[in-house]
Amino acid sequence: MSDINSNIPEGELTNKWTKFKSSVPLVNPSNKRTIEVIIVGSGLAGASAAATLAEMGYKVKCFCFQDSPRRAHSIAAQGGINAAKNYQNDGDSVYRLFYDTIKGGDYRSREANVHRLAEVSTNIIDQCVAQGVPLAREYGGLLDNRSFGGTQVQRTFYAAGQTGQQLLLGAYSALERQIGMGKVEMYTRHEMLEVVKIDGKARGIIARNLITGEIERHFGHAVVLGTGGYGNVFYLSTNAMGSNVTAAWKAHKQGAYFANPCYTQIHPTCIPVSGDHQSKLTLMSESLRNDGRIWVPKKKDDNRKASEIPEDERDYYLERRYPAFGNLVPRDVASRAAKERCDAGYGVGASKLAVYLDFKANTERYGKIEASKSGIHNPDKETCMRLGTEVIKAKYGNLFDMYAQITGENPYETPMRIYPAVHYTMGGLWVDYNLMTSVPGLYCTGEANFSDHGANRLGASALMQGLADGYFVLPYTIGAYLSKEISVKAIPTDHPAFVEAEERAKGILNTLINIKGTKSVDHFHKRLGHIMWEKCGMSRSETGLKQAIEDIRALRAEFWSNVKVPGIAEELNPELEKAGRVADFIELGELMCIDALNRNESCGGHFREEYQTEEGEALRDDEDFAYVAAWEFKEGVNFELHKEELKFENIKVAQRSYK
Amino acid sequence: MSTGNMNLTLKVWRQKNNNTKGALVDYKLAGISPDMSFLEMFDVLNEDLITKGEEPVVFDHDCREGICGMCSMFINGRPHGPKDLVTTCQLHMRSFKDGDTIVVEPWRAAAFPVVKDLTVDRSAFDRVIAAGGFISVNTGNAQDANSLPIPKMQADAAFEAAACIGCGACVATCKNASAMLFVSAKISQLALLPQGQPERYRRVQSMVAQMDAEGFGNCTNTGACEAECPKGISLENIARMNRDFASAKFVSEETI
Repeated sequence: MSDINSNIPEGELTNKWTKFKSSVPLVNPSNKRTIEVIIVGSGLAGASAAATLAEMGYKVKCFCFQDSPRRAHSIAAQGGINAAKNYQNDGDSVYRLFYDTIKGGDYRSREANVHRLAEVSTNIIDQCVAQGVPLAREYGGLLDNRSFGGTQVQRTFYAAGQTGQQLLLGAYSALERQIGMGKVEMYTRHEMLEVVKIDGKARGIIARNLITGEIERHFGHAVVLGTGGYGNVFYLSTNAMGSNVTAAWKAHKQGAYFANPCYTQIHPTCIPVSGDHQSKLTLMSESLRNDGRIWVPKKKDDNRKASEIPEDERDYYLERRYPAFGNLVPRDVASRAAKERCDAGYGVGASKLAVYLDFKANTERYGKIEASKSGIHNPDKETCMRLGTEVIKAKYGNLFDMYAQITGENPYETPMRIYPAVHYTMGGLWVDYNLMTSVPGLYCTGEANFSDHGANRLGASALMQGLADGYFVLPYTIGAYLSKEISVKAIPTDHPAFVEAEERAKGILNTLINIKGTKSVDHFHKRLGHIMWEKCGMSRSETGLKQAIEDIRALRAEFWSNVKVPGIAEELNPELEKAGRVADFIELGELMCIDALNRNESCGGHFREEYQTEEGEALRDDEDFAYVAAWEFKEGVNFELHKEELKFENIKVAQRSYK
Repeated sequence: MSTGNMNLTLKVWRQKNNNTKGALVDYKLAGISPDMSFLEMFDVLNEDLITKGEEPVVFDHDCREGICGMCSMFINGRPHGPKDLVTTCQLHMRSFKDGDTIVVEPWRAAAFPVVKDLTVDRSAFDRVIAAGGFISVNTGNAQDANSLPIPKMQADAAFEAAACIGCGACVATCKNASAMLFVSAKISQLALLPQGQPERYRRVQSMVAQMDAEGFGNCTNTGACEAECPKGISLENIARMNRDFASAKFVSEETI
């Protein structure tokens, strides 16, 4: 079935990576000094790769659109990072992390990549601690762990609710160290607008200096994209305002296949939308499901306050439907269950599009433990709640503060109201085992690639994958390519391929500025988001998707004839930046719908209404769809499907059950 | 609840670029909802300006959840506005009243030149980190993470210092435009951890030297930085940095 080669090494699953590492060709130190690598993106995947490659001796250029590499959106990851350390002695192992990830991804990821991820997960924690990342510790001085969805072990390392921040600042400091030594040239406030290909290989990029508007040409023997996910195609998501698909999409248009674009993760615990003015959604970390119980009233349209609804009139629907995993089912399952309850009329809050996340039971439980520690036996309820609140505060204080700030409600007193929101995209540029796209010399790491999470990512696995790719995988695999490039001298940027790519980039900018239409960029972005959320969001259907494709094509035509971009291209012009990104989102949106329409099954985050079990669970079709859908861009805006067959040789494929 | 009924007058700093002079420009806004964030209120303003054919206000922002440190508005004389412990993006309009006049300016400091309107250049912070805000450990050098137990109190203290988001509010509020709270937070984080000890005194010297070279002012113990810091970074860090800086001359064999 496969017509593309994923270059997975031969041999036993457990030995593939070890064998690969010890047999991959090397580049000697003096050659490394003349080999240039471009890294686009400075999040966990980009910064870690940039720092590591520079440490190894390569000449590195790193680009980010923010004013500092420290601001990449990895910084906002809250809950934690998984690693198969088994520090809790609860039966964890590399195999178990591998197994949980494959199962969590609903059997739509590549065994070899996932096993490698599980193998290097332990090195990440060691590396981060050595860098001075202050991960949470127990009184004995050793590292603490907590539970995340889709697992029955405690393997998640964390730093309060700011794990992403601390890990990114670790990678950032490693990157700044190399910048200080002159081994990485950092280009902040730069946006990549084109990939430059020479003789079929990626040889550089065209970037726009966002301050001056100047278009720059940069050569690299290889180009790495660590540019994050495309959740902002939905307009409202938990992504940062600037998060975009542009770099990946330009690469796609230059021949890099885009894989599984329809696999979108809708995170179950986000603060609900409060109005039309909303510009982004805020996540409440999955870690809250360790101590928060999710419920709705048993009665339809119950308008009583949460505190007035007695215990026996509450439906703890996750605990009811999934007794084995309860509130810690994977994200896709939890999101769909919330939607099901709200659609059936049991939602809470003014919009009725929310469910409760309630900490009361566990606050009281913690309070009892604390009371008994301080020698208070048979404490009254008030004492329990007071002491328990302190424990909850220590664990999740910053999240509770954020919730209070955004909603104006006190979550220590009333349960949080939450609803699913777009959070992460499992799809991305297709890469082989080496993390190389279908364009030779063009690599893709972190959320921007498709490789490890299948159709659904487990909590605390994004940070793991970003850092695995950047610190431990790419620095090895890129050597396989660069070892053959040692005789290639730096190509001058007056080469026709650079000139042509620059013309393409400038052409788009000028077109956007000169349309001088009547509607703002945000106007189109919101409309696109609405189509995507309604038709290609938590549940999808053939008729809906067909309609969406038509609507998006019409929107694209309207965008290119009626968008209004103020100002000029030769200055700092955020509206122009947004316009370019939204233009790419519109094309991507169409591909996502095409991919969702092609996949006649339900798996993970992709739920097709036509394909479900009697209990409403996702119904996979392993016979026909156990493949990666890798789309090739064709002239106009057309796409051709290539398939990479997924072979499961080490794991028994089964219907996912969390009951 | 999507639209509100607050009417506001904004006085916003407009400046084309670093070579031109700027000025406060008045804008009237109606129909603002108290549930909007401060930046969403600016989105409304910009949408209005674009519709009218005027140039929207340029301001830095990204995550809009208070962690990336990119937003940087000086609101009614205070960085990040009137509420303690929040960034501009997490400030909501319910913190203002109908009819209010709100003055919005960029961070002002010699080391943070204005780029355009409310956007400033904070790359000086990156250069201070590049001078020594790290532990020199290459990828692959690390020992098992649990081979180095660290007392919880110490790890927690390091974490509290590490919570700095590098927004620059401390510099913006300081009458001397001092960056000592920012610099000392990173120095403290690493000085509190055993991994940070080998480079402890070298680090404090190089980072302080770079801080001075960037043109940040000195600290005169006013404490405005601590009061305005959206992440509650403590003044104790500055004391720790000063102690280490002084000790470096005696303890360290490598004076930089």
